[in-house]
Amino acid sequence: MTARRPSLAGIFLCWGLLLLCGCGHRQTLVEIANRAGQYRVGNAGEPSDLDPHVAIGQLEHDIMLSLFEGLVYADAKDCSPRPGVAESWDISPDGLIYTFHLRHNARWSNGETVTAHDFYESYRRILTPSVAAQYSYMLYPVTNAEAFNLGKITNFDEVGFNVIDDHTLQLKLHSPTPYLLAMMIHDSWYPVPISTIKKYGAIDDRSNPWTRPEHFVGNGPFVLKEWRMNSHVLVVKNPTYWDAEHIKLNSIYFDPDESLDTEERMFRSGQLHTIRRPMQSKVPFYRKYKPQLINIYPELTTWFFKINVTRPPLNDKRVRQALAMTLDRRGITETVRLGVDIPALCLTPPGTAGYTSTARVREDPTAAKRLLAEAGYPDGKNFPTVTLLYSTSQGNKAISEAAQEMWRKNLNIHVALHNDEWKVYLDAMRNTNYDIGYAGWGADYADPSTFLDLFQTESGNNETGWANAAYDRFCHAAASTGDQAARFAAFQKAEAVLMDEMPIIPIYVFTNPRLIQPCVKGWYPNLLDNPNYRSIYLVPETN
Amino acid sequence: MMPTPTLEPAAPIDGEKSPSFWQDARHRLWQNKLALFGLIVVTALSLVCFLAPLLCAHVIGFSYEEQSLALGPVPPNRVHWLGTDPLGRDLLARLLYGGRISLMLGLCATAVSLVIGVTYGAVSGFVGGKTDMVLMRMVDILYALPFTIFVVLLTVFFGQNIILLFVAIGAVQWLTMARIVRGQVMAIKQQEFIEAARALGLRRRRILFRHIIPNLLGPIIVYATLTVPEVMLLEAFLSFLGLGVQAPHSSWGVLIKEGAEVMEEYPWLLTYPAAAMALTLFSLNFLGDGLRDALDVHASKD
Amino acid sequence: MLRFVARRFLETVPVLLIIATVTFFMMHLAPGGPFDLEKQPSKEIKARMEAHYGLDKPLWQQYLLQMKHLLVGDLGPSSKYPSRSVNEIIADAFPVSLELGCEAMAVALFLGLLAGMLAALKQNTFLDHAPMSLAMLGLCVPTFVMGPLLISAFALHLDWCNAAGWYFARDRVLPALTLGAYYAAYIARLARGGLLEVLRQDFIRTAQAKGAGQERILFRHALRGGMLPVVSFLGPAIAGLLTGSFVVETIFGIPGLGRFFVTAAFNRDYCMIMGSVLFYAAFVIGMNLVVDIVLVWLNPKLRFE
Repeated sequence: MTARRPSLAGIFLCWGLLLLCGCGHRQTLVEIANRAGQYRVGNAGEPSDLDPHVAIGQLEHDIMLSLFEGLVYADAKDCSPRPGVAESWDISPDGLIYTFHLRHNARWSNGETVTAHDFYESYRRILTPSVAAQYSYMLYPVTNAEAFNLGKITNFDEVGFNVIDDHTLQLKLHSPTPYLLAMMIHDSWYPVPISTIKKYGAIDDRSNPWTRPEHFVGNGPFVLKEWRMNSHVLVVKNPTYWDAEHIKLNSIYFDPDESLDTEERMFRSGQLHTIRRPMQSKVPFYRKYKPQLINIYPELTTWFFKINVTRPPLNDKRVRQALAMTLDRRGITETVRLGVDIPALCLTPPGTAGYTSTARVREDPTAAKRLLAEAGYPDGKNFPTVTLLYSTSQGNKAISEAAQEMWRKNLNIHVALHNDEWKVYLDAMRNTNYDIGYAGWGADYADPSTFLDLFQTESGNNETGWANAAYDRFCHAAASTGDQAARFAAFQKAEAVLMDEMPIIPIYVFTNPRLIQPCVKGWYPNLLDNPNYRSIYLVPETN
Repeated sequence: MMPTPTLEPAAPIDGEKSPSFWQDARHRLWQNKLALFGLIVVTALSLVCFLAPLLCAHVIGFSYEEQSLALGPVPPNRVHWLGTDPLGRDLLARLLYGGRISLMLGLCATAVSLVIGVTYGAVSGFVGGKTDMVLMRMVDILYALPFTIFVVLLTVFFGQNIILLFVAIGAVQWLTMARIVRGQVMAIKQQEFIEAARALGLRRRRILFRHIIPNLLGPIIVYATLTVPEVMLLEAFLSFLGLGVQAPHSSWGVLIKEGAEVMEEYPWLLTYPAAAMALTLFSLNFLGDGLRDALDVHASKD
Repeated sequence: MLRFVARRFLETVPVLLIIATVTFFMMHLAPGGPFDLEKQPSKEIKARMEAHYGLDKPLWQQYLLQMKHLLVGDLGPSSKYPSRSVNEIIADAFPVSLELGCEAMAVALFLGLLAGMLAALKQNTFLDHAPMSLAMLGLCVPTFVMGPLLISAFALHLDWCNAAGWYFARDRVLPALTLGAYYAAYIARLARGGLLEVLRQDFIRTAQAKGAGQERILFRHALRGGMLPVVSFLGPAIAGLLTGSFVVETIFGIPGLGRFFVTAAFNRDYCMIMGSVLFYAAFVIGMNLVVDIVLVWLNPKLRFE
């Protein structure tokens, strides 16, 4: 009997060994990476693809930014357009013709020169209908680009792109677009390696495997080395890049964890230099104990309630205004959002490319009560139950619960809450099959039009059933002039209409609490949340 | 029919005839202190949760939905006995209200899955042959169908209804139970006393429900108690998909899930809901063990 | 037995066919498609994206087409990951889940059976109550709490391993424990229940009366019958474990297959849903077959029917 029983000494030995293994400081992955010049990023999810004409999300954008370079790129600090493949450009006095002069030393990662033809063919590809590139509309300011993309014309020569010579590209616009260069920062303007794409499949095949590491060719400061699904994407410095000498990082490691909590724990245990997503719920913790690790900066993203204006009682402007006026936005940003966000009193975040709306929502519960009474619901009497729809996530739920309680307290009305799985939620929003919906919008580029165009009658993302001729007119007026002052004046008028009609109720402007290790230098917060791999470098001893 | 003294074990057959079987069982249950403790705790918890509206109004002084953004999350104190959540709502009130959903769901859904699973598994195992084949392949099919999509379809086509919660949970929870019972039945039906009962010409249904299933009580009760926490946590996933209780209502599963997300900052938001669930499970478990012993068909011979 | 297995394989074909058919119509009935995105593409673009995956055809044509591809083992392209096929994704992710599943299963079987047998043999003693209480705690602490707790203790405070990731051998320990602990609790409870049921049966009493030793009774007589509930439970459990766990893979950042079962549904990635469902179905059916064979082996009186 005794022989079979494991001896106590043996058990202690085992535990002792285990403990020994754990003793002493283990080198963290960040420490190892610092010496190797590797920047480790928690990138929020698995990239769906790395083809700039197919991939659409922010996390894909962050990787592609290291792999490709357009004619211009965004400045690390203020996102203004800086010379990328184009070393200079001329704009005609009427603002309709842009001539880009390309660098002679711009190279693809396979050593070939990046020419104006590459750009021309890339723009042809993204506008080709069968590619079905979602962001093709970013090129629509160019003459006939929209017509070609929609299949109304089939001859690409009619589109306003012109190759003057190998290193000169000309763009012809249908109307002056002062923010064209700001738009050109976007991924949709990147060149793609046409000959490589053709080698691995049809040019317009979304499933073309040219973005695999073994096939990949790019022209950015880094080049794709490894890509293992749900494990990592590794990009290494591209020696053929024209400005390679100023790139300080040797490689970037993108960790694709979908769970934000997982990422935050990885950050805390020294596995990541930074995480791309904001870590809202841990902000008080970091502020209190590790303020050196957290950077809070505003972003061009507004969150709001969309209102279905086709259903009573929300088809009454006064009801919508009453709802908007009774939200305690300060209470929401301070408590629910843990004090990082800014209350939003209009749609466009203040200071978007120098524009700040003068039209504001008034927070005034007494006036709101009066408006509700005028609409036929004195003290909330007989107010039918409306439903607030949100997609399932902890943050959305808390905001919705807070709003529900504020409306109950201030207006004495009952708003039911309803959460749906993401796609079901999107489906309901698309079909305007909701009463009130919680939604947000992030800028595609730094200009008020990226926000205000949303609620034009024709906009696919309007979703509120709201159509206003005056509003549309102001937006069109802004789009057809090159004069910045006149544009902003038109935007002011449009936003005034929007904030009077209230098809949306702005809640807060999103502020990004970014976790970043102090050993990362040369990183700057910016409005578009563009990571700036060109300027980042790592200083090992500061950690 | 005649008692069959020669059969081994004779107890179940005696038991059903004898008027003292259930009295015996009850007596044995009362004797079992742990089981009694379990019974009392479960009853008390159910009662307290059932009376939640009264208690909240008169004893606790806070409702489950009353927010205080100015207060925010505070740890347990004399005003809020179990602390508050990030919106400043009283956790105790939310816990009591949540318990109504969770206890009802945990007990009823488990009972439903128990009835379906035991009947299905027993029939499949007892009849055998082609019937068994068809029934078990149906279980295989139900195992494999995508549950997430199923729940989404339920919410879309039938709206949000508490009954649907039972449907969704019932649809999955009985499967493993059916397989376990089938395995047991197949083993027991080969034993001598069943063959003897058959030789005596007892009807098959009678053999199955009177002689076989009582012999399975052990595993069935164990698995049933295991199902309760699973059902409560499954409900949290369903409410993530939009099925189930709607905010600001809550349930233990949802409270635990949300508490887990902030367990480093506000640990009380996780510990108390988890403790409530653990207490329920322990009690049910003691009760289950006690029931099993009380209904034990062999014990009466001792 | 060969005939039995062969017949079961034949039965599998209609079962998979039914699963594929029901799944197909379920997923197409669900609202929202793969190209309903936060920033909505224009109608024209969306239509062309759908055309690329044949989603513009009538549903019955899509169905026949998908069945045709499935018959030759082609699970189709993923719409969420355009440059990858579902076959490729499964081939990449499955080995990881398989490894983790095996490790977790080892943990679960070892802890669960040990605790269950101890508890049954020493019923109503400390050796019964202690492991059973632990098992019940294990059931009350779901994996999404257990995982972060273990990480917090062993990765963040003790710094023994990484907080998440699948780099080194020691990174396997926490996920295997997290996943295994839950199943261990189940196994322990079921093993105890099953054993107790057998131990009070007459043939065990006979053996005891004949003076057989505790271990002899346990291993020679009681285990066979007592393991039945565990074995029945293990069929679906192993299938679930080996094909991966969504929660554990997400918490620990493991590039396994489990997360696709949930995310594919969320993304409405039709081919991926179908692929993962059929893959899992094959596993469930296979494991249930193994269970049925083991049931017969444990109980020689049964024949393969």
